[in-house]
Amino acid sequence: MAKSLGYPKDISAKMKGAGMERFLKSPNITGWLLASPLALVLALFLILPIILIVVVSFWSATEFSIVPDFSFENYAFLFGSSVTYTVFLNTFKYAAITWAITLILGFTIAYFLAFHVRSQTWQTALFLLCTIPFWTSNIIRMISWIPFLGRNGLANETLISWGVIDAPLEWLLFSDFSVILAFVHLYTLFMVVPIFNTMMRIDRSLLEAATDAGASGFQTLVNVILPLTKPGIMIGSIFVVTLVMGDFITVRFMSGSQSANVGRLISNDIALLQYPSAAATAVVLLGTVLMMISAMLRLVDIRKEL
Amino acid sequence: MRTGHDLELAAVTKRYAGGAVAVDAVSHLFPAGSYVCLLGPSGCGKSSTLRMIAGHETVTAGNILLSGKDVTTLPPARRGTAMMFQNYALFPHLSVIDNVAFSLKMKGVDTDTRRKRASSLLELVDMTAYGDRLPAQLSGGQQQRVALARALITDPQVLLLDEPLSALDPFLRIRMRAELKRLQRELGISFIHVTHGQDEALALADQIVVMNKARIEQAGAARDVFNAPATEFVARFMGGHNVLALPRGRFALRADAVRLGPEGTEAVVTGVEYQGAHVAMTARITGDQEILALIPEAQFFTDPKSPGNAVRLAWDDHLLHPLTQ
Repeated sequence: MAKSLGYPKDISAKMKGAGMERFLKSPNITGWLLASPLALVLALFLILPIILIVVVSFWSATEFSIVPDFSFENYAFLFGSSVTYTVFLNTFKYAAITWAITLILGFTIAYFLAFHVRSQTWQTALFLLCTIPFWTSNIIRMISWIPFLGRNGLANETLISWGVIDAPLEWLLFSDFSVILAFVHLYTLFMVVPIFNTMMRIDRSLLEAATDAGASGFQTLVNVILPLTKPGIMIGSIFVVTLVMGDFITVRFMSGSQSANVGRLISNDIALLQYPSAAATAVVLLGTVLMMISAMLRLVDIRKEL
Repeated sequence: MRTGHDLELAAVTKRYAGGAVAVDAVSHLFPAGSYVCLLGPSGCGKSSTLRMIAGHETVTAGNILLSGKDVTTLPPARRGTAMMFQNYALFPHLSVIDNVAFSLKMKGVDTDTRRKRASSLLELVDMTAYGDRLPAQLSGGQQQRVALARALITDPQVLLLDEPLSALDPFLRIRMRAELKRLQRELGISFIHVTHGQDEALALADQIVVMNKARIEQAGAARDVFNAPATEFVARFMGGHNVLALPRGRFALRADAVRLGPEGTEAVVTGVEYQGAHVAMTARITGDQEILALIPEAQFFTDPKSPGNAVRLAWDDHLLHPLTQ
């Protein structure tokens, strides 16, 4: 066609090339192209599985078969059963207690590291010390509590030999205590890191300005450091809350299968091949966690931290 | 004249753990109600001196007295001083008015009272309209006014300013400098202002304290320090001076006292710089000494010189100011 319009062939090809080049160089297109690999990965490995779970949650199941369907029976069963509420409540309880303890511990540790450790070498060294538990796997860290907390474990034997107690404490292991202890052990660092990070960005002259204005150490903490650390606290809280809400293995090991949370509900369903029921529970859990996070994000603007 | 609110440093020394001496036995009397500039190159100890007066740095040895009371070990808020920080150090999460009212909140003053007091201070610095804004929404000059108001709300006898104008652009710097001077006159309290700019110090200070290598090199009225520099360091640091090594000793000679003349010392022009009102001409005389001459512009251009030209430089001998070192 180009020839009939009177253009030599190569010029027409060059024009086409230039058009393509201009198309590729337009800032909009570059942006889309740069974002697409991540978008593709997320679509394939996050969005698609979630859609599948939502779809499966409407299927129906008998003892031996799963039938593609659009029924609300899984949800109806879930919301009709008192077990669901007990288990969700238990999960909230774990999340709330773990959150409170990791927050207090995390804030204190981060505060100490950021404001009381003067030399940077020591800061780095102590910070690495905090990560030591993470050098080994999650499961091993949990299991290593068992010989320590058991009826004839180190803790009980030490307490008995000191004469603090006469009989071994039963609640040390396979109890809510041990579950929360393991959670705190596992997740405190997730609170320390973002809070420490935010604290390190606080301009030290602000603390001097507070002192100059007559603020005591505690007043500076409450009026200056705490408000400025909020974004870090919020990011740490999101980590801890989502991790605890979604956990099932810690609760199983540390409670000796005596306590339940939503994760265990799902894992039990899967073990019984009740995929639709597991999917429905997962959808409800996902919705709950998303609501919790959006409520938390409403309280504090974390964009400055990202 | 000694009045009640003088600030006195007596052999104040700051030695760091490593052994480095930041301030070496500095003694000085800051008269009440005066504008004093601590002037010196970076690392000369002027900021450490200020921070020790403020109480943000411990004093290794010596005493700081304010109104006749030893405040050396008192916490910053109980000294009667207030500090304005170099980067203003406004609390980013508090509105302008809450920033200003911060110290009253720490004292437990109720909200209405402290806001009323903060408003009156915002009025003093002409920032009433910005009370509800956050510091990030203000320009550099506005942030500085807020920082001033916050420092002044404690009714200090001495306001300490750590390079307050260094973060501003040149135009704003000159405007804020006039403002600082006006405030100091109105309030009648002492301002101690740390700076490394001699023009800033000359413009503002009733008294200039030139520091070098952890010691006070010279202190006195701005005009005395400029016209009669005690040492070669002061002469060079204040600028506008030539330091001449003559057989009789070393002398400071103001650059604007050097004339181009038909007679005088022979010299070769090495550089010519047009500066508006003046032309700064550098020339080399025998003994490899460079001399700077500030020549009124009109006069220079009646017979312009260029580098390489031979000229004769003259000055009145009574303008040679002997230097001690």
